[in-house]
Amino acid sequence: MSTKMFGARIKRNIDPQLLIGEGSFVDDIPLAGALHVAFVRSPFARAKIKSISTEFAEQHPGVAAVYTCDNIGALDLELPQLIPHPCMDSPRTQRPLARGDVYYVGQTVAMVVAVDRYTAEDAAALVDVDYDPLPVEIDLEKAILDGAPLVHPTHPNNIAADLVQISGDPDSAIAGAEHVTKIRVQVDRSTAAPMECRAVAATFDKVMGELTVWDSTQGPIAIRGGLASIFNIDEDKVRVIAPHVGGGFGQKVLLFYPDELLVPFAAMQLGRPVKFIEDRRENFIGSSQERTQIHEIELYAKKNGEVIALVDRFLHDTGAFIPYGIAVAQVASTSIAGPYRIPNIRVEFKAVYTPTVVVTPYRGCGRPQANFAIERAMDKLAEELGLDRFEVRRRNLIADHEFPYLRKGLLFADGLPVSLDSGQYHKALQLLTEKLAPEEFAVQQKAARGAGRYLGLGLSFYVEGTGLGPYEGGHIKIHPITGKVYVNTGLTSQGQGHDTVFAQIVADQLGVAVTDVILVEGDTKAFDWGVATFASRAAVVSGNAIHKSALIVRKKTLAAAANMLEVSADDLELRDGAAWVKGSNRSVSLAAIATATNPLRYAFNESAKAATQFAPASKHDGPPLAEGQHPGLEATDYYSPPSATWAYGVHGAIVEVDPEICAIKIKRYVCIHDCGNMINPTIVEGQVMGGIAQGIGGAMYERIEYDTEGNLINANFVDFLVPYATEIPPIEILHLETPTPLNPLGVKGVGEAGCIPVAAVIASAVEDALRPLTHEHFYHVPITPSAIHAALKKAAPAN
Amino acid sequence: MKPPPFEYCAPRSLKDAVELLAADPSAMVLAGGQSLIPALNMRFAAPSRLIDIQHVEGLKGVVIEGGNIIVRAMTRHRELELNDEVFRANPLIRETMAHVAHVPIRNRGTVVGSLCHADAAAEMPSILLVTDGSVVTESPRGRREIPAADFFQFHMTTSREPDEIVVEAHFPVLPQGAGWAFEEFTRRHGDYAIAAVAAIVTRAGATDVVSLSACGVASRPIRLTVCEQIFAAQGFTDASFKAAGEAAKEYVTAPDDIHATNDYRRDLLASLVVRAVEKALTRSR
Repeated sequence: MSTKMFGARIKRNIDPQLLIGEGSFVDDIPLAGALHVAFVRSPFARAKIKSISTEFAEQHPGVAAVYTCDNIGALDLELPQLIPHPCMDSPRTQRPLARGDVYYVGQTVAMVVAVDRYTAEDAAALVDVDYDPLPVEIDLEKAILDGAPLVHPTHPNNIAADLVQISGDPDSAIAGAEHVTKIRVQVDRSTAAPMECRAVAATFDKVMGELTVWDSTQGPIAIRGGLASIFNIDEDKVRVIAPHVGGGFGQKVLLFYPDELLVPFAAMQLGRPVKFIEDRRENFIGSSQERTQIHEIELYAKKNGEVIALVDRFLHDTGAFIPYGIAVAQVASTSIAGPYRIPNIRVEFKAVYTPTVVVTPYRGCGRPQANFAIERAMDKLAEELGLDRFEVRRRNLIADHEFPYLRKGLLFADGLPVSLDSGQYHKALQLLTEKLAPEEFAVQQKAARGAGRYLGLGLSFYVEGTGLGPYEGGHIKIHPITGKVYVNTGLTSQGQGHDTVFAQIVADQLGVAVTDVILVEGDTKAFDWGVATFASRAAVVSGNAIHKSALIVRKKTLAAAANMLEVSADDLELRDGAAWVKGSNRSVSLAAIATATNPLRYAFNESAKAATQFAPASKHDGPPLAEGQHPGLEATDYYSPPSATWAYGVHGAIVEVDPEICAIKIKRYVCIHDCGNMINPTIVEGQVMGGIAQGIGGAMYERIEYDTEGNLINANFVDFLVPYATEIPPIEILHLETPTPLNPLGVKGVGEAGCIPVAAVIASAVEDALRPLTHEHFYHVPITPSAIHAALKKAAPAN
Repeated sequence: MKPPPFEYCAPRSLKDAVELLAADPSAMVLAGGQSLIPALNMRFAAPSRLIDIQHVEGLKGVVIEGGNIIVRAMTRHRELELNDEVFRANPLIRETMAHVAHVPIRNRGTVVGSLCHADAAAEMPSILLVTDGSVVTESPRGRREIPAADFFQFHMTTSREPDEIVVEAHFPVLPQGAGWAFEEFTRRHGDYAIAAVAAIVTRAGATDVVSLSACGVASRPIRLTVCEQIFAAQGFTDASFKAAGEAAKEYVTAPDDIHATNDYRRDLLASLVVRAVEKALTRSR
């Protein structure tokens, strides 16, 4: 291969299989004689359990077992608190099956195992649970007031965590400010809604003592570690496989969901395979969600718009438990100053228990909320100072020469200080200005208003800390028969296209076709060192680990080929699946090199003959494998990032609002985006577009609706409005590529980027469109037709 | 999301279907299944018997006869939508059908099934109502025709007796020169209406007759009679449009829900009435 694959627009290897329906998801795994699980779930947001009677369910024909907290042995425990942090006081986590109390509607109380899911659901309806309901407070601001009903009696005012972070000297800066802008913004709760809900299947081999679990998870290695620990068996006796996974978006990186322990437990107990395929309603009420935060943000500025200090206080809804720690709130609090210099920052959050399903990272992980706060505040600052919205940003953006830009005192989700590593922020804003031509737009806007049409322009600039550690690894092996290259890593894919981008990285080093690089992931038997797929980290962390491994294999391959072709390694090049003597037609294939580097006893094919003990090629002094030498062409290496690497971008849109029917139409949507060097621009664009679609959901449609009793009243796709393709406008994407100095490939993460700024873009644009009709601000997303209607009914400007 | 046990019957004749239904008071009729199957899976519905009428002879197809488009019980939405004769006879149907869910749902879902389901925000009941259509039922007591105005009682409730199978819906052909419009607002394309208005403007001698119905705003599809009367009395003037819009607001009884406030729905309906009548007017001859 003479063409560089890194950076090429290559179609995704995986797509044909997925698009024709030949993917294999957990529910597709054939397990003969499998039993099926249904759960009895709490109908109350908070209640004492007085009694549970399973007698009728147990007697129901086809039922194999009914479990409650009383017969699950070692699993009757509080689940692990995954990410400890000193700001949490005795953090609370859920029990696999409720003991004594329930804390949200949907919490698992009993588990029925039966011959099929139909029977299991029939029997689940026969489990009789006697509850004593307790009062609840769902409203985040009311939940922290004295006297509010408590989720956990141990936690006064429902405070789960309270953290203040300070960078610079905000108090002094505030004293010197000439202007202050204060706003309150709110982002509502949403859910990831992956196309495939969660799923777990397990089988236990008593003879071998081996537990095999198929789990629609983002982190099989972590699941394996946890299962081994809780069941007290060796990690090597537990195999966790994440087969094809139909979307995760963070929801599937939380562990453990109750089923992830209870299904393997039942398989071990009952001696038969057991399956739990979560249905959509269960996904809504039982799998984690994210977003509700209420920020009160203050910008302290000079008259010229330069922001010298930022103070933000926010409430973060963590749901009934806090298994994933403060990750979401911490990412929000450390992203709050966005791309701006703002040298003095004070940010405080309170994480609040509410009697709802847990909150853990969902694509964006606190960044969309922080972005909504800072960007809406920048718009307000511009308005108050009479500045243009582009200009106020320009005056505060970090300049190219100021990188790395350290925010000392703000510790990111990796526990390290925020350090924005590289970027061309001004150029990005300039590109957006060119694309949207705000001055020309203003003329169109005026003309349209004359004709009774309301156009608006909005923008938002975001940063995204990506590529968190601790580390990932990659194992690469060239196969001696086919010459194909196998790459194993500890990640999983939920549709991102790892198989293609990692192949591109390897193809460049080993001179093979991208389609001849086979990625194996999502299986702890294939590679069992590493962490998981989350936090826009796969390309950064596994990508660089695989790159490093590929460099070693390249070196080994060249050395072996040089030996075989009797030339210096410097005279060789790797291309078209072979090592070639430069400027000649002499070559040896990778398969032959891989065979030759493995001293053989048996000649099973023609090329193997050259590697056997009596072959001329093996004639040398000493043993066939020299001391320190390893057989074959393979290597394993790891990459551990020094800190997060910060991607960024700026989005802008032009919308039209129809004030009579309160409808928003997005007429143009422009994204300027920089994730460092792009391995595959098509895949980057797919990630960005998908993120923007999800962001549009959060900006205009998606809201998890709890009633005052804590019932989720839109736990379905009729009432929880995920936007369809018909709601997503064409998206124009322009790339900048500013490599990060932090890793060998110069790449930054891209998985979450798209969704971060969308809410602020839409709110900014809607506000701009409706300026002649209302002075109301849009500080709460999603922006619903009713919200627009209410704003229009309030104080139309006098003029 | 698996249904509780039920007996499944797939009769071949209408006579058998009627007998099966009459014999079991908690039986339900299954046609396209686009509402009933989800309801079963969610265990909102738990019939002891499902009578699948897809193989019943004589329940398929559409004919235009005696001034009516006769839609038989197993006619899928999509068949009606794509039928060019139907389009010529009553173009309001195709225009409305574009708002009924999505193509895959219209491929399976039946028009009569949607009428029987009688969701207060569904589009087709409102079309039956605005055209003064009717449904025909079959029971052990024989056949009867129920005018649309009597059929839709409440959200998901019709005047069909438990032992009756709706075998046909009759959508009247639009009069020559009539103008039509269907104006709907939904949060997403294909959703149930937040509010929708169907309008027909018919030339009757020197005057115009306006027929208006709405869905999504009350406990059932409704005729906006007061608005119709305003246009009949005042013709089409700025004042009459304004008055009709104002009058329309009073028909909104839907309380605040997660998709719209009552206040917003009132103003929305007023706007949609104006837009629908304006459009129908421009199409009338």
